[in-house]
Amino acid sequence: MGNDFTSSLRPAIVMAILFAILLGIVYPLAMTGIGQTLFPSQANGSLLRDASGKVIGSTVIGQAFTSDRYFQTRPSAAGKGYDGLASAGSNLGPTAQALTDRVKTDVEKRRAEGITGGIPADLVTTSGSGLDPDLSPAAALAQVSRVARIRAIPEAAVRALVERHVEHPIAGVLGEDRVNVLALNQALDKLAVNGSGGTR
Amino acid sequence: MTIQGWILIFAFVGILLALTKPVGLWLFALYEGRRTPLHAVLGPVERGFYKLAGIDPEAEQTWQRYAVHMLIFNVVLLLLTYAVLRLQDVLPLNPLGYAAIGADGAFNTAISFTTNTNWQWYSGEAAMSNLSQMLALTIHNFLSAATGIALAFALFRGFARRQATGIGNFWADVTRVTLYLLLPICVVYGLFLIASGVPQTFAGSVDVATLEGVKQTLGLGPVASQEAIKMLGTNGGGFFNANSAHPFENPTALTNLVQMVSIFLIGMGLTWTFGKAVGDTRQGWAILTAMLCLFLLGTAVTYWAEAAGNPILHGLGVAGGNMEGKEVRFGLAASALFSVVTTAASCGAVNAMHDSFTALGGMIPLLNMQLGEIVVGGVGAGIYGFLLFAILAVFVAGLMVGRTPEYVGKKIEAREVKLAVLAIAVLPLFILGGTALSAVFEAGLAGPLNKGPHGFSEILYAFTSAVANNGSAFAGLTAGTPWYNGLLGVCMWVGRFFVIVPMLAIAGGLAAKKHTPESAGSFSTTGGLWIGLLVGIILILGGLTFLPSLALGPIADHLAMIRGQLF
Repeated sequence: MGNDFTSSLRPAIVMAILFAILLGIVYPLAMTGIGQTLFPSQANGSLLRDASGKVIGSTVIGQAFTSDRYFQTRPSAAGKGYDGLASAGSNLGPTAQALTDRVKTDVEKRRAEGITGGIPADLVTTSGSGLDPDLSPAAALAQVSRVARIRAIPEAAVRALVERHVEHPIAGVLGEDRVNVLALNQALDKLAVNGSGGTR
Repeated sequence: MTIQGWILIFAFVGILLALTKPVGLWLFALYEGRRTPLHAVLGPVERGFYKLAGIDPEAEQTWQRYAVHMLIFNVVLLLLTYAVLRLQDVLPLNPLGYAAIGADGAFNTAISFTTNTNWQWYSGEAAMSNLSQMLALTIHNFLSAATGIALAFALFRGFARRQATGIGNFWADVTRVTLYLLLPICVVYGLFLIASGVPQTFAGSVDVATLEGVKQTLGLGPVASQEAIKMLGTNGGGFFNANSAHPFENPTALTNLVQMVSIFLIGMGLTWTFGKAVGDTRQGWAILTAMLCLFLLGTAVTYWAEAAGNPILHGLGVAGGNMEGKEVRFGLAASALFSVVTTAASCGAVNAMHDSFTALGGMIPLLNMQLGEIVVGGVGAGIYGFLLFAILAVFVAGLMVGRTPEYVGKKIEAREVKLAVLAIAVLPLFILGGTALSAVFEAGLAGPLNKGPHGFSEILYAFTSAVANNGSAFAGLTAGTPWYNGLLGVCMWVGRFFVIVPMLAIAGGLAAKKHTPESAGSFSTTGGLWIGLLVGIILILGGLTFLPSLALGPIADHLAMIRGQLF
């Protein structure tokens, strides 16, 4: 055993250093170099910019929409909501009083907006990350009449906009029907601008 | 449940079955030390490493030497990680200026990543510098995985060799697996992830002015390079707190599928490699069949429970399955499937919050770990853990017919059975022991977020995850305290190495034995009877041991849920 121990020291220390350099430094640096060259947009967070070049979001990350003028994103447990440095779920269990209380409040709010029938589950539950960029089509469609009313746009136009933004599963099986809320709301703002110009 | 959901589940299994033999063949080449096409490029690196470290890759090691070299290597890596975390504030590549990690936290994390557990008491984007993520954590993702595969190779040699003293060379095994398997796959895999939207940059964060005019700061970093090995090496330690639920770690349904496939890829390949090594690939397929039976059973239960949803929320007017803690882009099926895959293997990455699953939906991940993570299992650890159960199963079969049991040409005698029981006993001893302590002491009871039986489940899940080296959590538990950091740290160490050493002792003993050819009286270990016996032994052992604890946690929680009782 003693011999086994002494014979292990040099290889253990030298191999740890060599692997640390290869796997802890060279590998991530090389991946960064290649990634930044081949896929610069994605490697930096798939950022969206407005006409002036200001960053207004990321195509893959959700942001808080709380105004009634916009399609609202799901409740979020990331910090105070959609905190990009504090991703988290609520971690509330199925029998937690706190979960029931929160969902009840949100359901009542949706009822007050005039949503009838079953409330789409994603509309009143927090996501795993707190940064979910999507809504189910049902959760988006449930908000159509509120958004149309507040923006004074015909409901049919808003509904058509949502339907155009539904992304379908790859090959019909991989993934879920979903709507990217940021993209939808950007299109909604454009629709309103066009609308006021009388193009309808 | 939908047809689409089941198509996904069966497509997932189908893809892996198609990849099992090719991956197994590649692993077999590494097991044998054969030359691969990659040697042309990476051969000089391998030889350079040996030369600098004074290693003779051809030198056979006894099981004792193999064990000591493996342990010392892991201790050196542990110390390196501890040092980097403690000095994080003065080391470079710390764009957000994070402070050094405290002593108990660094102790826990160093063990966690060394043991392939990747339990995380901290929130990655709010605690770890880029250098810590790379140098302290990513290296373990490779090397703990390579260590696991090397150990599986050692046990395979025990079964395959005849009257031999050595079980291979630890350094050669680890180096070859890292250079010719893990690293090349990760380069390709990492690029796929970047192309799909996973960041790879040294910027710490970016500020966003949202459409509603609020400032949102998005954490960034070298995510893709870590993400690839996190999944392939069944590590599971996320760059971000939300792990694979975070859109920057797992942006699309396609990345999600690839992540699930990569968790099982090497573990399934190793079953084939085992069969090839012992000269009968049917032995490997039999093991894989038993694993897949258990896997599909678990998947069906969790998917059913999550799709059925929470009756308490239905009573409030909410329609559909349980979406609390789940992402819309994954939905119910892919979230349920991911949770079963990640706990069947010792991965521990999550794409949905297990703490918010329905009671029975969350019980399956818990049970998967309690069975010892042998349903495919962690890279290497899954197959050597499974073979310990196979030893018990042939022993039981031998008792029934009154004959010395044999397995793949080796007589299984008292020494093997004793050592296998010793290794398997670690699980209940430390899972139930740690849970019991935490359920009576103030410091332990301070942890749970949820009250009632679900709070108990949070504690039970933590110790199960630690001892089984999984790393997933019922994350409501506040684990960043000296009590949990210390106790869980010890559990992770014991759960890894107190299994490995008896297993290597078995390998050494088996290698020294003669080959016993199959005779008319041998119990066949390839047919349906064997597969049924294996599944039965695993379920009975795990069930008898852990059913009482499950009754106090998830089962009580389920009964409360259907009665509408809140805590």
